[in-house]
Amino acid sequence: MDLIAFPPPPDTDVEALRAEVRAFLAEELATRRPQDRSRSWSGFDAEFSRKVGQRGWIGMTWPKRYGGHERSALERYVVLEEMLAAGAPVAAHWFADRQSGPLLLKVGTEEQRRSILPRITAGECFFCIGMSEPDSGSDLAAVRTRAVPVDGGFVVNGTKLWTTYAHHADYMILFCRTGGPDERHGGTSQFLVDLKTPGITIRPIADLAGEHHFNEVVFEDVFLPATSLLGQLGDGWNQVVGELAFERSGPERFLSSFTLLVELVRALGPSPSDHAAAAVGRLTAHLLVLRRLSRSVAGMLQMGENPALQASLVKDLGAIFEQEIPDIARQLVDAEPSQQSTRDFSAVLAHTILNVPSFSLRGGTREILRGIIARGLGLR
Amino acid sequence: MVSDTSQILVDTATRLFEEQFTAKQRVAAESGQWLDTQWQAVEDMGLPLALVPEEAGGFGLPLVEALDLIRLAGAFAVPLPLAETMLANRILASAGLELPGGPLTLAPVRPDDRLTLSRRDGGWLLSGTAHRVPWGRVAATVVLARCEDPGDDAGQDGQSFAALVPAGQADTAPDVNLAKEPRDSLRFETLLPAESVAPSPGIAPAELHALGAAVRSIAMAGALGRVLAMTTAYANERSQFGRPIGKFQAIQQHLAVLAGQAAAARAAGDIAAEAVAQGGALLPIAAAKLRCGEAAGVAAAIAHQVHGAMGFTHEHSLHFFTKRLWSWRDEFGGEGEWGRLIGREVGRAGADGLWPLVTAA
Repeated sequence: MDLIAFPPPPDTDVEALRAEVRAFLAEELATRRPQDRSRSWSGFDAEFSRKVGQRGWIGMTWPKRYGGHERSALERYVVLEEMLAAGAPVAAHWFADRQSGPLLLKVGTEEQRRSILPRITAGECFFCIGMSEPDSGSDLAAVRTRAVPVDGGFVVNGTKLWTTYAHHADYMILFCRTGGPDERHGGTSQFLVDLKTPGITIRPIADLAGEHHFNEVVFEDVFLPATSLLGQLGDGWNQVVGELAFERSGPERFLSSFTLLVELVRALGPSPSDHAAAAVGRLTAHLLVLRRLSRSVAGMLQMGENPALQASLVKDLGAIFEQEIPDIARQLVDAEPSQQSTRDFSAVLAHTILNVPSFSLRGGTREILRGIIARGLGLR
Repeated sequence: MVSDTSQILVDTATRLFEEQFTAKQRVAAESGQWLDTQWQAVEDMGLPLALVPEEAGGFGLPLVEALDLIRLAGAFAVPLPLAETMLANRILASAGLELPGGPLTLAPVRPDDRLTLSRRDGGWLLSGTAHRVPWGRVAATVVLARCEDPGDDAGQDGQSFAALVPAGQADTAPDVNLAKEPRDSLRFETLLPAESVAPSPGIAPAELHALGAAVRSIAMAGALGRVLAMTTAYANERSQFGRPIGKFQAIQQHLAVLAGQAAAARAAGDIAAEAVAQGGALLPIAAAKLRCGEAAGVAAAIAHQVHGAMGFTHEHSLHFFTKRLWSWRDEFGGEGEWGRLIGREVGRAGADGLWPLVTAA
């Protein structure tokens, strides 16, 4: 009967840790304005990430010999959700903590792990993800960037697109072709790329709000040493797919608009109308259920399972939730969205409206996710 | 993790439900027939006692696992007052009243219905009307009522009493829900012996309303799991334009949404079960009922769209589940009622109290 099972999340006592994180955030973010908090996990602050690293909250589940802290996935989850709920600027360390570090742990060489992971956990080494290209968005296997074997390594040519915070990152995990022209999944590999390598040009792409998160990263005859190959040659597709379960199920998949929900509750005051109470109550109920589903996936990851299907479900449901919050909020509070407004609700509403289109695009579009879910149901 | 005992119980109950409840029985129940043979089979297995302590005849299962039987019953659209009897027996046992056996129901189920007990001739007089009582015409009713003169045997709160009223003791106006499950109005002006009434500490009518919402949430999760399975199977079987309709992306996208709603309802049902097991906190139960109710509407619409005209016939079994979902989502409070309750609590907690409220729930 259960076509897709979500086991109950592990019953781990995390309240002491939660209190510790809240106290840290209350101090660090005391002066952070709501419109800045509403940047959610797009907020970048290298200094903040260094402090988080000092607290032992990056790479929490990784082995101690690589600078990790050997804590549980649920403990890590608490830190993530507290950071996001508070609107902390986590972007600098986010991608390495979420997927690049776990990937290195899984397929990296001992040398790669020892040289990189301790710097990640210290909050001093930042990553970006080189997957999408101009002609390869949802169809990731269509990437054209190619690494050609040469004496002592590879030479890379091609262009990566939508590379978030490449302009601040130290490394990219590059996904590209290494096989013959008729190979699809089998002819791909991943590389650990130092972005200071000659031949790499990083150009900004402004988003519709005029802000700079994205980049175009051009590789022109870039020489990568053989030691930069990540995992097995030709195994890139399987490695990327494994990464996506980490990318699609976390609290960032339903908390991106949370600051607006907070400001909505503030604007409505302690005695909301019946209509407003019902709407806020509904959103809160959805949040409780999403959080349970997401924690369930965290538990499955901890058990070493591959919950790729469940992760797609969480992301699909989470994006709907994140995207409907501005539409509901603007019907309950009379205010025009304005990024320049001194009124917190208006400023946060503006920022959220301008960002929600990306929520069902990044990390796998809604349509791709639903295709994965359908396949999981046995439909094709 | 599920215990072995629980797994055996679930497997046995699944076999029983598969054998006993086919379209034939569901149609008979819709036409107003009481399925006595099936009830006896369910009772012989001990399912009505699943939520009572072991010393009162229960299985001694963790409450969350015992509540999973209600999800299973929902997945089979069991046309009997099983969830109601399970809950009623639990209330009787916690009030120290004797468990009578046979089908039971609960009253009041509507928040605005008030029933009162007063002392009369060494016993009690129960007065008032309870509307839309599930299976009120056939089941004995466990009533939760205010006592106008609690006397010496008042419970801790001195207010709420549980009373067992045998079947047929009320003036009954029969009615049904969309699935033709009995939802009857019972007008009580009924004398009860002293031994049928006891203080019911901890469970007042408001708590009963929440418990009812919890069990309907759990049952909806079961029915939604069934609807997903039926719709997926149909999409793989039904061919148009020379291939199974499940090969079309338009249908696949629908089914993915349905799967998401079923998963959310399942998680919500689990939240409700845990809340009941841990003492009945209101916020998680409210959230669960709201989320399951919303999932019911979205999922039923998709299931019917994918089933096409076939699923719109009485002959096809889909409606046994969708009509229950359309009924259950409004029983024991719909999305509006529970949403307002949560929203008011959020308002009291304030903007900065919202997140702590969410993580504590």
